[in-house]
Amino acid sequence: MAAEMEPPPLGDAEQTDFREVDDTDDLFVSTVDQLESSPSPPLEPANLLVEDVSVNSNGPKPAEVILDDDPEDLFAEATEEVSLDSPEREPILSDGPSPAITPVTPTVMITPRIEPAMFDCSPDEVEEEENGDTFDINISVSDPEKVGDGMNAYMAYKVTTKTSLRMFNRNEFSVKRRFSDFLGLHSKLASKYLHIGYIVPPAPEKSIVGMTKVKVGKEDSSSTEFVEKRRSALERYLMRTVKHPILRKDPDVQQFLENTELPRAVSTQALSGAGLLRMVNKAADAVNKMTIKMNESDAWFEEKQQQFENLDAQLRKLHASVESLVCHRKELSLNTASFAKSAAMLGNSEDHTALSRALSQLAEVEEKIDQLHQDQAYADFYLFSELVGDYVRLLTAVKGVFDQRMKTWSKWQDAQVMLQRKREAEAKLQYANKPDKLQQAKDEIKEWEGKVEQGEQDFEQISKIIRKEVERFEKERVKDFKVVIIKYLESLVHTQQQLIKYWEAFLPEAKAIA
Amino acid sequence: MGEWTLSVSAHSIRVPEVTVDGDTLVFTITSQKLNNDVGVCVCRTFEDFEWLQQSLFDQEDVPGLQGIIFPPLPGKPLPSSQPQAQAKALKQLGCLALSDDWKSYCKALEIYLQQVASHSTLSKNKALEGLLTNSEPPGKQRVHKGIFSRLSQAMGELRKENHKDLDDFFQDERNNNLNMTNFTKAASEKSFEVALTEQRLAVACGHLSTSLHLCASQDGPDSANFSKICMKFSEVIDAVKRNVEKVSENNVSTLGLGLEMDYRGHEAKKDMLFRRTCKLVEMEAAVKNAERAKPNKKAIMEEVKKVIEKDFEKISSVAKEEIGRFSEARVSLLRAALIDWCEKQLQTAREDHEIFSKQLEACEQLKCE
Repeated sequence: MAAEMEPPPLGDAEQTDFREVDDTDDLFVSTVDQLESSPSPPLEPANLLVEDVSVNSNGPKPAEVILDDDPEDLFAEATEEVSLDSPEREPILSDGPSPAITPVTPTVMITPRIEPAMFDCSPDEVEEEENGDTFDINISVSDPEKVGDGMNAYMAYKVTTKTSLRMFNRNEFSVKRRFSDFLGLHSKLASKYLHIGYIVPPAPEKSIVGMTKVKVGKEDSSSTEFVEKRRSALERYLMRTVKHPILRKDPDVQQFLENTELPRAVSTQALSGAGLLRMVNKAADAVNKMTIKMNESDAWFEEKQQQFENLDAQLRKLHASVESLVCHRKELSLNTASFAKSAAMLGNSEDHTALSRALSQLAEVEEKIDQLHQDQAYADFYLFSELVGDYVRLLTAVKGVFDQRMKTWSKWQDAQVMLQRKREAEAKLQYANKPDKLQQAKDEIKEWEGKVEQGEQDFEQISKIIRKEVERFEKERVKDFKVVIIKYLESLVHTQQQLIKYWEAFLPEAKAIA
Repeated sequence: MGEWTLSVSAHSIRVPEVTVDGDTLVFTITSQKLNNDVGVCVCRTFEDFEWLQQSLFDQEDVPGLQGIIFPPLPGKPLPSSQPQAQAKALKQLGCLALSDDWKSYCKALEIYLQQVASHSTLSKNKALEGLLTNSEPPGKQRVHKGIFSRLSQAMGELRKENHKDLDDFFQDERNNNLNMTNFTKAASEKSFEVALTEQRLAVACGHLSTSLHLCASQDGPDSANFSKICMKFSEVIDAVKRNVEKVSENNVSTLGLGLEMDYRGHEAKKDMLFRRTCKLVEMEAAVKNAERAKPNKKAIMEEVKKVIEKDFEKISSVAKEEIGRFSEARVSLLRAALIDWCEKQLQTAREDHEIFSKQLEACEQLKCE
C-alpha cells in the first residue's frame, strides 16, 4: 500500500494554510498527484472516480481519500463503479504517519458494493439517500465527572453512541472523554478537511474562567451551569460532526467515539506553544486575506459571501436579543420566588383560616410558576440561544472555507506566474549555450506546468466542494431551526397546560374563602 | 347628623374611565340612585377626592370619629411623562401605576368610594353626596398636606406607638397589625417587582421578534425556507410577548391591586390604633393630673379627666366595631381579588394554550424542502 503513495509529492512546501502540526496533509497531496498522474485510458473508472466522486458528497474525495486507498486498486481493475459511499465499508487506513490514526484491521473491505446509482446520481439524490436510511446515529454526552484535584483537575464526560451503521463495531458503546479530546478531534478534522473546502463544525469554546471555577471546586450554581452548558455544547458538536456525510467516516471520528484510550491532545492547551503558534498563524492568515485580491469569475461565490456576511450580522443581533430574553426570564423567576415567599409569610400570619389557607396556596402556585419560568428560561437558552450561537460559530467555519478557496486560487495564480518566469528563463537560455542549464530549465517548466494544472484542479475542486457544502449548510440550517421552533412551541404549550392545571386547582380554594 | 343618607347605592359606584387633560387626570364617576335606578355621572379630579377625604377627617360632631378606620385613598397620580416623575409615581403607587390607561388606579378609586359609601357613619357625610352627585365639582379648596395628616402620626408623637395598652384585645390588635402591615407591604412590593419584570420581559420579546423578522427579510433568494422559519419564529415570539403582557395585566389589575389595598387598609387601621393610643396617653396624663391637682383645681381637672375618659371609651368602642368591620371587609376584598385573578389567569392560559397549539401545528406542517 505504501508503495502507491510514493511518487515524489508534487505538493510544495509553501503550506501556509491553516493547519495543525499534522503530517496527514502531505499524504493527501501525494494521493491527489498520484491519482492525477494515472491518465491511461483503461483507467477510466479512475477518472470517473476523480470526476464523479467529487460531485458526490458522500465519497471521500481524492484529496482526502483518507488513505482509503484500496479503492485505487479496485478502480484500476474494476470496470464497474464501486461505491465509496457504502457506509458499511470499514475504512482502510494506510500506515500513514498521522499520530491520530492507528491502522485498523484491513480485512474488511470490501464487498465492493456496486451501486451504480450512487455513482451517477446528482447531489440531491445522494443527499436524500443520506438523509433517508443511512444516517442512523445518535450521540449523547453525559455524566460529567470531576477527575483529579486542584489546577490539574479536569472534567470527564461520557460519550455514548447508539448506531446501526456498520462502520462501527457495536450498536451501542460509551467512552470517557475530556474537553481537550474534543478540541483535539476538531483540530485533526480541521487540518484534514478545511483546506479542501469542507465546513468542519467548530468545537465548543474554551473558557479559562469557567473551568478554573470548576477545578477549584466551587460547588455553586454557576459552576453547575457552566458544566451543563459545556456538556450540551459537546453533544451538539459531536452530532453536527457525525451528521456530516464525509466527516463521520473519518477514522479520527470513529476512534474518538469508540476507542477506550485516546492519546492526549496536548497541542490544544490554551497557552501552550502550539496554542501560540496557532494564534500566530491566524494572524498571518488575516494579513494574507487582506492582500489577496481575487478575480471572482463566479458570481455565485461573491453573492454567497455577501449573504453570509449579512447573515452573520443578523445572527449576532439575534443572539444578543435571545440572551436578553433569557436574562429577563431568569430575573422573573427570581422575583416570582421572592413573591411566593412573601405570600407564604402573609398566609402564616393571617388569622382568618380560609384566607390563610388560600394565601398559602397562592404561595405554592407562585412557586410552581417560578419553576415554569426556570424551565422556560432553560428552553430559551438551550434551544434557542445556543442554536443561534452555534450558527454564529459555524458561520466562521463557512467563511473559513471561502478564505481557503481564495488561498487556493492565489496559489494557482502564483504557480502561473512562476511558470511564466520559468518559460522566460528557458527562452533566454535557448540562446546561451548551456545545455545542462537548459535541460534544468525545461525540467522546471514541466514541474511548474504540473503545479499550475494542480492549482487549477485544486481550485475547481474546492469550488465544487464549497458549493455542495453550502447547499448542505443551507438545508441543515433550515432543519435545525425548524426542529428548534417546534421544540420551543412544545415547551410553550406545555407551560400553558401546566398553568391551566394550577389555576383550576386554585380557583376552588379562592372561592372557599368565606 | 340626622337621618340623611346617601342617595346612591354604594355598590353601583364605578370609575369606568379617566381622561388626561394636560397634567391632570379627570375621572368619570358613575352611580345609580337608590330609589329609581337613575344613573348619575360626574367628572372629578384627584384634588376633589382629597377634599372628600379631608372633609371626612374634619367632621366635628361625630363621637368617636378617631376610632374609625378610614378607607385609604390612593396616592396622587402623576401622569407626567418625565422619567423622574414617573419613577416617583411608580414608587408611590406601586401596582396602581402599572396597568394600561390607569385602569388599576381607577379601580382603586372605585373601591375607595364604595368603602366610604358603605360605611355606616362616613356615608352620611354630605361631602360624599356632593362628590358623587353634584354637577359642579366641590369647591376649589386646595388641601395642604399638613392639615391632611392632622389625624395621622405627627413626628414627635411616634414614641407613643409603643405605649403599653390597658386592654389585651387592643394590645393584641396592635401587635398583630404591626406584623400584617409589614407582610402586606412586602407582598405588595414583591408583586409589583414581578409586574415590572414582566414588563421588561415583554419588551425583550418585542426586540427578539424584530431581530427574527430582520433575519427573514434580508436573506438571499436561495434562503426562502430559512426566511419562512424566521418569520414563523417571529410570530411565535410575538405571541409570547402578548401572553406575558396579558398575564402581567391580570396580575396588576387583580392580585396586585388587592394586595396594595389590603396593605393600605392595614396602614389605615394602624393610624386608627395610634390615634387611640394617643388618646390613651392623654387620658392617663389627665388621670394623673386630676390626682395630683391642688384642691382649687381639682374639680376642673376631674371634669377634664371625665371628658377625656368618655371620649376614649367612645373611641375604643367604635374601634372595636371598626376592627370587626375591617376584618370582614378585607377578607371580602381579598377573596374577590383572588377569584378575579385566578379566573383571568385561567382564561388567559386557556386562550394562549390554544394559540400556541395552533402555531405548533402550523410549524409542524411547514414545508421546508
